[in-house]
Amino acid sequence: MKKRLGLILGILMVMVFAVVGCGADKSTPTPKKPVDDKPQVKAGFVYIGPVGDGGWTEAHDNGRKYLEDKLGIETVYNENVPESSDCEKVINDMIDQGCNVIFATSFGFMDYVEKAANNHPDVKFLHCSGYKMSDNMGVYFGRMYEPRYLSGIVAGMKTKTNKIGYVAAFEIPEVLRGINAFTMGVRSVNPEATVSVKWTHTWIDAVRAKEAAKALLDENCDILAQHQDAPGPQVAAEEKGVWSVGYNMDMTAIAPKAHMTSPVWNWGPYYVEQVQAIMDGTWESESYWGGIKEGIVDLSVLTENAPEGAKEAVENAKAKILSGENKIWTGPIKDNTGELKVEDGVTLTDEQLTSLDFNWLVEGVIGKVES
Amino acid sequence: MIRMIKRGKMSKRKSVVIRLLAVIFALVIFAILIRVMDLNPLDVYVALVKGAFGSVYRIREVIIKSTALVITSLGIAIAFKMQFWNIGGEGQIFMGAFAASYIALNYPELPKPLLLTLMIIAGMIGGGLWALIPAFFKAQWKTNETIMTLMMNYIALKWVMYLQYGPWKDPMALGFPKIANFSANAILPKVFGIHIGWIFALLLVVLVSVFFNHSKKGYEITVLGESENTALYAGIDIKKTILVAMFISGALCGLTGMIQASALNNTLSIDVSGGLGFTAIITTWLAFLKPFFILIVSILFAALLQGGSFIQTAFGIPQAAAELLQGMILFFVLASEFFIRYKLVMNRHQVANEKKGDN
Repeated sequence: MKKRLGLILGILMVMVFAVVGCGADKSTPTPKKPVDDKPQVKAGFVYIGPVGDGGWTEAHDNGRKYLEDKLGIETVYNENVPESSDCEKVINDMIDQGCNVIFATSFGFMDYVEKAANNHPDVKFLHCSGYKMSDNMGVYFGRMYEPRYLSGIVAGMKTKTNKIGYVAAFEIPEVLRGINAFTMGVRSVNPEATVSVKWTHTWIDAVRAKEAAKALLDENCDILAQHQDAPGPQVAAEEKGVWSVGYNMDMTAIAPKAHMTSPVWNWGPYYVEQVQAIMDGTWESESYWGGIKEGIVDLSVLTENAPEGAKEAVENAKAKILSGENKIWTGPIKDNTGELKVEDGVTLTDEQLTSLDFNWLVEGVIGKVES
Repeated sequence: MIRMIKRGKMSKRKSVVIRLLAVIFALVIFAILIRVMDLNPLDVYVALVKGAFGSVYRIREVIIKSTALVITSLGIAIAFKMQFWNIGGEGQIFMGAFAASYIALNYPELPKPLLLTLMIIAGMIGGGLWALIPAFFKAQWKTNETIMTLMMNYIALKWVMYLQYGPWKDPMALGFPKIANFSANAILPKVFGIHIGWIFALLLVVLVSVFFNHSKKGYEITVLGESENTALYAGIDIKKTILVAMFISGALCGLTGMIQASALNNTLSIDVSGGLGFTAIITTWLAFLKPFFILIVSILFAALLQGGSFIQTAFGIPQAAAELLQGMILFFVLASEFFIRYKLVMNRHQVANEKKGDN
């Protein structure tokens, strides 16, 4: 027995040396040095999903890589962070590892970011999609409703059953804006069409997203749109042989036969601008809400699945949004119970669009906001 | 033919060596994986240790994590000692957190000491009562407690989910399904920068140890765990022992729930436990149900978790890969238990020899 044990130990040691030995030539990746003498910034990114989710988190991670490339600063990230005290712990871990800028990219991180911001006044916090701010905590987001509206035009022109499905996460203003803008886009070209909403109450659970997608397909929807982090509904549409509108990133690769276009995020330039301002010492916490004009959101290139004439229609509508002629939220707008929500000629303000009262669905949506 | 035969009693030294070998095996295999990811395993392992103990902050984080593991493991150990397989720690944590949150949300203005005391009592009763249900069924009708406690986890989770998405949803959260945060009075104070739960954990290690070794009930639980017939002959009230032990077991898990909700999350949510009730089963088992071992194993396990999270950010290793290491260590250590109890032999001839010549 002793001999055998010795043998096992011997083999193990050889293995350890072999592994470590051939690893020794490659040292750990050394952090890239800043390009000049400006104050050193190390940015930490807190993600709700995996970096390879093909959607929300991947779009942010592309922004992080862009930031690394452009400014040569060191960044770290942590994926699959739950919207619980674990979020605060991850942020504290990052600060412990030398981060002085934190980007937290999910709504539900808000309270934990706020807590960390109070405890670390020297660290700059940027929280995506929330509304709580302080001297060292800014919020940022994009007017995703603009490309949502444009994608609605594509869907409205394409649908044959005049029934479009929308897999949505939570009944919060961000998601409701998306549904309403999309539906108004649909009905701007096809007043007969309706948009059926299914709530998943998750950003990231791919199984629940796909179940909701299948339920919508069973209701005879021939186009699926989504407000989910990952492309589950695209896959469901592809399998059924119908069409889809993605979200977050161009999702053509995932559903080549179904995907028509996606409203997409482009975080990189914003991240560079913010970190640059921090390095220059000019940063102040703000509430950033850019649109197509600023380039933080856009509509991805239409694929060959998109209907004929859609490209021109989208370009026309986009020009009107850019010129300010179409503000999307200009009345008369009715909700889906028939109540007039926005008076003729009145346009909703940013405060109204992000407030507690923005809890209704526009005419043409089949579904309701549970509260 | 490969056959397995039961070993005789193995010497302590030998069994310790086998367990250490198991850990080394796991480290070596994970090292190969790190190599495949183009990183130096030695650097990663050094970082793992540094990530767990390299600064005051990190040590604090390890203590926070181990606090929850210790208390939950102690609770589970009490049930396991009786051979009552309480897989329901997770659900008992949820129900404890729920009961404590009920007090915190409804009486936010009570003076801090009173409010926290009430929350602790409510949390323990909540977890205890939840554990009493399967205990009652087991005592009364000998139902299978493993299945029942396991399934009750999901009921507890769905109950908290229902509250979070329904009646307890914070109307000020713009429709986002979250429960309102506790008032400042409902948050456990800190001692040396760490929430006071760590003192509870240390006290409980001593208390449970005394309970096991020097109390009548503790002795009865042990006897019942060894053999029900012996317990019967000894005149132990089996039903009562099951109920009492499970209430204490659930109450400790419920206390963990209260601590997690109050000190860490400052609210109740479906993420309040984060799988603690399941992780604690592992630490309990690895610690042979012994309170002081539970303390040590929990700290080591918490260090592994903290270090794992550190290397994830430090080296950009995917989260899944970092968690593989924990999985591998557990797998090999649990597998080694098999080799401590059994041995594999190649043929009959050898079996005969081993039977004669082993030990």
